[in-house]
Amino acid sequence: MARRFLLPLLELVAVLFLVSIGVFLLLSLVPGDPAIAVLGEGRTPQEYDALRAQLGLDDPLLTRYGDWLGGVLHGDLGTSLVPPQTDVLDRIARAFPVSLELAVVGLVMALVIALPLAMWSAYHQGGRADRAISAITFGLLSMPSFLIGIVLIAVLVNTLGWFPRNEWVRPGESLTGNLSHAFLPALTIALMEAAMFTRILRNDLVTTLHEDFILAARARGMSPLRIMVSDALRPSSFSLVTVLGLSIGRLVGSTVIVEYLFALPGMGKLVIDAANQGNYPVVQGAVLVIAGVYVGSNALIDRTYGLLDPRTRRAHA
Amino acid sequence: MTTDVNAPHVLEVEDLRTVFHTPRGDVHAVDGVSFSLAAGETLGLVGESGSGKSVLGRTVMGLVASGPRTTVTGRVRIGGRDVHALKPAERRRLWGPEVAMVFQDPMTSLNPVKRVGTHLTETLRRHLGCSRTEATERAVDLLRQVGIPEPARRMGQYPHELSGGMRQRVVIAIALACDPRLLIADEPTTALDVTVQKQILDLLASLVAERTMAMVLVSHDLGAVAGRTDRVQVMYAGRTVESGPTRPVFDVPAHPYTDALLASIPRLDNPPHTLLRTIEGNPPDMARPPAGCRFGPRCAFVTDQCREAQPEAAVVPGGRAVACHHPLSRSILEGAGDGR
Repeated sequence: MARRFLLPLLELVAVLFLVSIGVFLLLSLVPGDPAIAVLGEGRTPQEYDALRAQLGLDDPLLTRYGDWLGGVLHGDLGTSLVPPQTDVLDRIARAFPVSLELAVVGLVMALVIALPLAMWSAYHQGGRADRAISAITFGLLSMPSFLIGIVLIAVLVNTLGWFPRNEWVRPGESLTGNLSHAFLPALTIALMEAAMFTRILRNDLVTTLHEDFILAARARGMSPLRIMVSDALRPSSFSLVTVLGLSIGRLVGSTVIVEYLFALPGMGKLVIDAANQGNYPVVQGAVLVIAGVYVGSNALIDRTYGLLDPRTRRAHA
Repeated sequence: MTTDVNAPHVLEVEDLRTVFHTPRGDVHAVDGVSFSLAAGETLGLVGESGSGKSVLGRTVMGLVASGPRTTVTGRVRIGGRDVHALKPAERRRLWGPEVAMVFQDPMTSLNPVKRVGTHLTETLRRHLGCSRTEATERAVDLLRQVGIPEPARRMGQYPHELSGGMRQRVVIAIALACDPRLLIADEPTTALDVTVQKQILDLLASLVAERTMAMVLVSHDLGAVAGRTDRVQVMYAGRTVESGPTRPVFDVPAHPYTDALLASIPRLDNPPHTLLRTIEGNPPDMARPPAGCRFGPRCAFVTDQCREAQPEAAVVPGGRAVACHHPLSRSILEGAGDGR
């Protein structure tokens, strides 16, 4: 038991620790003076120096890292350097749900699109439908994601007026308002991910469909749909599940373009804005959270392999 | 033998041909095979790998059917119904209650992520419309019938938790689930340990006898076919070279290929250090079969006649047939009518 849960937890802590060091070092190399960012330009050098001293920017790197880590361990991610000088944790707490919602809704939509497409494609392997689906998914993958977003906005918002244009609505304020805002950005993400999922799952399905146990299932008189869902899908979904795990982590932190396009106050926008301003406490805190989601979702995915394939389950005496 | 001319045939195969259209050209995997089988009768289908016997088994069942890359001609009737004239959905309704197949490798023919019991219950529920509990009861009973100890516990296990022999018993139980009239066993013991092979063959034989099922036993193992089939059909390169009641065919083979196959089996009564005879060469490339007799290039008795004309099957007394210009045992051909 200890081995199953403690080890991944230790792994998670170790990865987060390494990530935090990496981010800290990288940020110290980034040009841009936080003092200028905070005070604006046109002050006297003394004023800047005073602020740097106050922020502890003159201290050695190790001391600064130590201070920051000490805060993190007490649940304090520091304060934003740039006004509004709020708690970093609060900033993240506002941005994170937006990105998470986007990622989760986007991935669910992607699966809803990809599963039937992949099954249809694999069943008609080499046929017209398979080739068409392959061409379309390949086209989507080779297109930059913002292009899909721009097209969606142009058609569904500007021309047809099906979706609202105004500011992001939090689910607490109005659930329908929130969902109608989340739909298009989620769809933009979903189309890209669905294209990838379809290709991955289709290829694994094609391999599985050549297995003897599929022929044996046919010989038992099972219908093609039943064989696809009940016999072929599960043994074919390992690559898909792996990629899905990576996607959750990736989408939470790097849907910047989509967030900008749809004016969403998510994690991507938070990190980019903060990095541009030299607002390193925000960047560090946000990256730490994104890394946590990444490692956490992959640890979760590792658990699901056992559910997918009984042969990988460890025997418990 | 149990052949009764008046009994309705469970299986009738007429001039069956299976052609695969490949980039290398058309492969005539099954090339004009005919036979029929009555209830309770067993037929051995023997030949080397690549002789078309597995494809024949699958075409008979309809698992291999005409499609973009395959053409099937001729006729297969199972229980009077023309398998290849049925719509796919109608054909699937035959698979289970009319005809079932036991596959070669029980390591790969069971779904690794599906419980043993599910394989059985889903088949029972699909064809017999059983309730969940009824299907479970019948499945446990089936596992017991094929000699699996603790059948109720096995139901919840996954295939990898069972030994090869146990798995093949499960595969047999699945095939028998809906009481088919015809069982096609495609090399059912090839992937198993030698010690288990006999057990599985005996189990199949007793189950077939109990239920007066017809069985086609596909095997390259002549020993497996010898004692357990009523009739035998020797295949070479997609064609039947010799057929007849098993005992006489194996005792006095008429086709040089049958003779060579029999001579390549090690026997206990051979003197020590006897060299085992082998058949030189390999079966022909079926995309480019040789002219004349297909066994010609490997035959010890080949003549110009063999290289030019493909021999037709000549019916000889005792329900036997041989496709050879120069059959080995002329005595059995007396009265064959072609004067040779």
